[in-house]
Amino acid sequence: MSVDKTTVAKIARLARINVSDERLEPLAAELNGILNWIAELDEVNTDNVEPLASVTGHALPMRDDVVTDGNRLDDVLSNVPEGASGFFVVPKVVE
Amino acid sequence: MSDLVTGRTGDWEVVIGLEVHAQVSSNAKLFSGASASFGSAPNENVSLVDAAMPGMLPVINRECVYQAIRTGLGLKAQINLTSVFDRKNYFYADLPQGYQISQFKDPIVGEGSLRIVMADGSTRDIGIERLHLEQDAGKSMHDQHPTKSYIDLNRTGVALMEIVSRPDMRSAAEAAAYVRKLRSILRYLGTCDGNMEEGSLRADVNVSVRRPGGPLGTRTETKNLNSLRFIQAAIDYEVARQIEIIEDGGAIDQETRLFDTATGTTRTMRSKEDAHDYRYFPDPDLLPMIVTQDEVDALASALPELPDDIRDRLMGEYGLSAYDASVITEERDTARYYEAASDGRDRKLVANWMTVELFGALNKSGKSLENCPISPEKLGELVGLISDGTISGRIAKDVFADMFETGKGAAAIVDEKGLKQVSDSGAIEALIDQVLAANQDKVDDYRGGKDKLFGFFVGQVMKESGGQANPGMVNQILRSKLDGA
Repeated sequence: MSVDKTTVAKIARLARINVSDERLEPLAAELNGILNWIAELDEVNTDNVEPLASVTGHALPMRDDVVTDGNRLDDVLSNVPEGASGFFVVPKVVE
Repeated sequence: MSDLVTGRTGDWEVVIGLEVHAQVSSNAKLFSGASASFGSAPNENVSLVDAAMPGMLPVINRECVYQAIRTGLGLKAQINLTSVFDRKNYFYADLPQGYQISQFKDPIVGEGSLRIVMADGSTRDIGIERLHLEQDAGKSMHDQHPTKSYIDLNRTGVALMEIVSRPDMRSAAEAAAYVRKLRSILRYLGTCDGNMEEGSLRADVNVSVRRPGGPLGTRTETKNLNSLRFIQAAIDYEVARQIEIIEDGGAIDQETRLFDTATGTTRTMRSKEDAHDYRYFPDPDLLPMIVTQDEVDALASALPELPDDIRDRLMGEYGLSAYDASVITEERDTARYYEAASDGRDRKLVANWMTVELFGALNKSGKSLENCPISPEKLGELVGLISDGTISGRIAKDVFADMFETGKGAAAIVDEKGLKQVSDSGAIEALIDQVLAANQDKVDDYRGGKDKLFGFFVGQVMKESGGQANPGMVNQILRSKLDGA
């Protein structure tokens, strides 16, 4: 598996990362280096092995249905570039 | 009944599938301890997990998982003991994580089915493809400022069940019946309050058209419909639009559309072509979710009786019509009221009084069964008085109106107003003699062949009795006196 310049540009756009044109080619080469290294795993025979979602063997811990959090407007809004009347305020996004 | 739609060039079959988002009834959110309640001040029910602060980790709410399992059991669906949470990646201001935690490949609930009842009493089974748990997004307000959007994250992270149907529906009416039935089951189970106005239940509608029996057409998806009326309007509009395009030689674009509630039309959502490249992958913050068969069995044994079972019982044991049984079982409260009111009474008569008089009066007064002035026992009492001949059906309507007004018992009103039906043949005979004597000329006309005058005599006798004479007996005695003499 390898990626080309176009794929890198698409991934960057989906991730909202601004990558200049001249960086696309070197980035593709770097990513292909990583992908090729990981591709070594393809040499392992995984026939009849279930896909693994976790290596610990633990089950998902669960909590009770109790309200233990919230009512912390100051914390929640402490990093906002702009806020008003308890809302986050962002550039207009409307479909 | 054919659901085909006739176009200019022939008949078309409509194919509809629904994705319903139902908000799970719970105290806290799916992955945080913030409250899931509706109507709080902006960003009040937000934890640092919901706000996606760096380093915060999700911990799942067990009750939300159980609610999803209960719903799956109510839909007679397969429960998957192992399921996995995935990240669905997209950027929007009301989703601070940059991804929605959802279930993609391994949902908690697999295939099931749901029976819909149409207006004519016929039934159809609609396939359920899956049900999965996911996070709701926040709320954006675009009308507060000319160039800014205001974001409230109170909804962010509230648990949703996405319930996906098979493309088994063939008309807007079937789609509405499906949503109504699904809502009914959710409310019986107590897993979602079903409040469509507040957005607790909303539907995305997939619609395509094809020639009867032909290959499937290209579908469009209309998003976020929050009333039965809008669901039907959006389907009707899409069907007409698609048929017109195809008959004009065009092709349908597979796309997401928005419904405009003001005009009743749908339009293309302005989206970049890669907006749906969600790049799902298992969420590394969450282990696979395991539930045990014992847990599922315990939830199953505690489920309430569901509307289909009650409906079958009302039809089978009590002999109610399919229509009455469906109306009565749609809401759990209604079914409970009926069971209490009809206990030991004429079951069919109670059903009739409920669906006609009681629902009519509630509708007219804007009241609901919850604050109904007539208790189930009192409605049963009224029907009992009709059954044992104490009052006629006509008098019962007056008594009913009085009960609805004052909340008094039926027998008390009948006593107080002296409305008891006169079934004493001697008393009725006396009344009839009186009427006949006062109208000797009409008696002669009747006997001379004017049969239609019979109704006049009945009316006069009923009037003299203040409506209280037993109408059957009046008819019978009058007939023998007029014809027999």
